[in-house]
Amino acid sequence: MTMASRLGGGFDPLGEFRRLQNPMHRLFGQRPLAAATGFPAVNLWAGADSVAITAELPGVDPADVELSVKDDVLTVRGSRRPSTDESDVAWHRRERSHGQFQRMVQLPFRVDAERVEARFADGVLEVDLQRPEADKPRRIEIKH
Amino acid sequence: MEQNIAQATEQSVAPESHDLEQTRPRPVFRPVADIFETRRGVTLVLEMPGVRAEGVEVTLEKRVLTIRGRSSVARPDSYRRIYAEYGEGDYERSFSLSEDIDAENIEATCKHGVLTLDLPKAQEAKPRQINVRAA
Repeated sequence: MTMASRLGGGFDPLGEFRRLQNPMHRLFGQRPLAAATGFPAVNLWAGADSVAITAELPGVDPADVELSVKDDVLTVRGSRRPSTDESDVAWHRRERSHGQFQRMVQLPFRVDAERVEARFADGVLEVDLQRPEADKPRRIEIKH
Repeated sequence: MEQNIAQATEQSVAPESHDLEQTRPRPVFRPVADIFETRRGVTLVLEMPGVRAEGVEVTLEKRVLTIRGRSSVARPDSYRRIYAEYGEGDYERSFSLSEDIDAENIEATCKHGVLTLDLPKAQEAKPRQINVRAA
């Protein structure tokens, strides 16, 4: 998937990223954007004490996807099947890719591996991850 | 000229060529596609993540096949996007077909955000014998 074709028409999905670049650098450890893109493309969403990842996996069977979590890294692994297994075909367009993929996504904080929820609908994967209870920021009372 | 079937001359989908104005304030993407031809016909495979079968609209007018997909992705308000590698929106792409497609028997299936269109070749496209009479 080429990003250029999806960035046309004045739409800039990375605009928010650029605006947030300074805090993002803190969260993601100075990782340049070019190295961060791959398949699948991911978006990150922040909740109160949770983070959600959405990824575009069109044509991927949910049974062919493997998710794993360790500390603050989520790994998405799987394979994409080609549009046809027939070899005796004449190709007019061949823009889709297929084969094995693996993507490791750095999360803004450590997550509880026991409380991960994943949904897969219409080629879009959504993974909800929670910050462990022990890691949650605690409100500190100020004595008068 | 069998090879030219749906050689898929792509329509330039210029914004001004649209008769209908879009009412949803969201971007429209050109879906990635595979097109291949077999003896039976031509198959188009388009990637439209976030689109379910009800959101797909396929029209064939004057041999121009137009595919539109409306994304049904919804995000709860409590979530704030902090990082983005892809944009969410709708999809649209058009192709010109050659005449020898059986427009009545186009079949469409949508699964895991991928639309597959099977366009069978028309019977008339098969070679015909023409008898030449002696004058």
